[in-house]
Amino acid sequence: MVFAMSESVEQRVLRVIAANQRIPVESVTADSTFEGLGIDSLDRLNILFDLEGEFDIQINDEQAKTVTNMQELIAGIQRLLDAKEEDSAKEGS
Amino acid sequence: MHRVVITGMGVISALGVDQNEFWDALTAGRSGIGEITSMDAGQLRFPNAAEVHRYTPEDYFPTKELAFLERFAQFAMISADEAVKQAGVEWTDALRERTAIVTGSCLGGRVAEEAGYWELFHHNRTRVHPLTIPLSMANAGASHISMKYGVQGPTYTVSTACSSSAHAIGQAFWMVRSGMAPMAIAGGSEAPMFMGGLKAWEAMRVISKDTCRPFSADRSGLVLGEGGAMLVMEPLEAALARGAKPLAEIVGFGMSSDASHITQPSPDGAARAMRNAIADAGMAVEQFGYINAHGTATQANDRSETAGIRQVFGEQCKDLLVSSTKSMHGHTLGAAGALEAVASVMTLQHGIVPPTANYTTFDPECDLDVVPNVAREREVEACLSSSFAFGGLNAVLAFKAYR
Repeated sequence: MVFAMSESVEQRVLRVIAANQRIPVESVTADSTFEGLGIDSLDRLNILFDLEGEFDIQINDEQAKTVTNMQELIAGIQRLLDAKEEDSAKEGS
Repeated sequence: MHRVVITGMGVISALGVDQNEFWDALTAGRSGIGEITSMDAGQLRFPNAAEVHRYTPEDYFPTKELAFLERFAQFAMISADEAVKQAGVEWTDALRERTAIVTGSCLGGRVAEEAGYWELFHHNRTRVHPLTIPLSMANAGASHISMKYGVQGPTYTVSTACSSSAHAIGQAFWMVRSGMAPMAIAGGSEAPMFMGGLKAWEAMRVISKDTCRPFSADRSGLVLGEGGAMLVMEPLEAALARGAKPLAEIVGFGMSSDASHITQPSPDGAARAMRNAIADAGMAVEQFGYINAHGTATQANDRSETAGIRQVFGEQCKDLLVSSTKSMHGHTLGAAGALEAVASVMTLQHGIVPPTANYTTFDPECDLDVVPNVAREREVEACLSSSFAFGGLNAVLAFKAYR
């Protein structure tokens, strides 16, 4: 299994945010908050858009509103990815 | 009522990225029309347009800012910046609070819109970019200019097809003249180079297959162009008090509606707008020596416009020069009135009338002196700049030399 060698969900989220904000990837960590990074409501829309594309998921409006920091964002995306995997496993069975 | 002067101008177009390049090309009779390079034109029935070349957005805007600026808004910002710099505006809180910004745009930011729709309909994507609305809204240019300078007064956008920015400048002029606003930034911008829009123009069968030849018997239609232009206007006494140099006076604005046909122009509507502008200026027909014509090079417009000018100027036509600079900067739709206002002001400033380029053959139905191909030295006291839109909505601006 090559999973360990590829990018983790956390790394992918942080990379997407850094690219979206045009800031160095080192400046975004799992402990960063949106506020701390100067990310406003419009930036958040952009980031959600990019994350949906990156992970091929749909983040609903209500879920998105509650997120304030990277930890919550990464956890939320992980949940969506798990759900997606479950769905495809069901479809496969 | 104030006398209103123009103290700053900016323009970006197929003729260059500032007013000096614009004027050099206009007086040389050099057309900016050429083969379409910004996109694959293979599936279009016309090969040419007047595109802005030698322009790299990253040279003008930080990348983060660019993400919020559709091409037409970039043109608005760049031309406003040149105009504000030339005017040497010294911003104070009081000035910021009441200054007006009025922009014209026919289409708004459709390049961004089309990109999203393309993904949606063509690639079966389920989402469009979240900035699609703020990028494409027609008032984006006005809003970004407002934010850049912290201007908080009356700020809005007019959309009357090819008359948009003439209406915008006219309304801003009236606000300054009445004392409602101590200064105005007004003009327009357009970025029409996207496949859906070009196809729609193609279907109207009014686009020339080669170039734009206004008033010439062999004219074959308009050529689309992109760009933007802005003017800074203020009361004469305010300009003089702060040591700003008036470039020309804006003296009149006239509007009318043909109320006849959605695309066919009417000489009567055009004539009423010209008469209204001259009356608003409180001047006589004899004082006007030049008209920067709407002159799209469609069969219908040029014939109808000539008839309209004859109605207003009558015998005076023998002394009148009329040219269409669209032959050089193309038809920039909602920006056209603003580009042509800059051309008109520069005509008065320099005593040189720009020509109608690409002219080959006399048309008895367009029998005015259209200054074919070569610029003419002529100190004119005042001039008109005409815009006649699809939908029959007409806007004419009157300018007077400041000497």
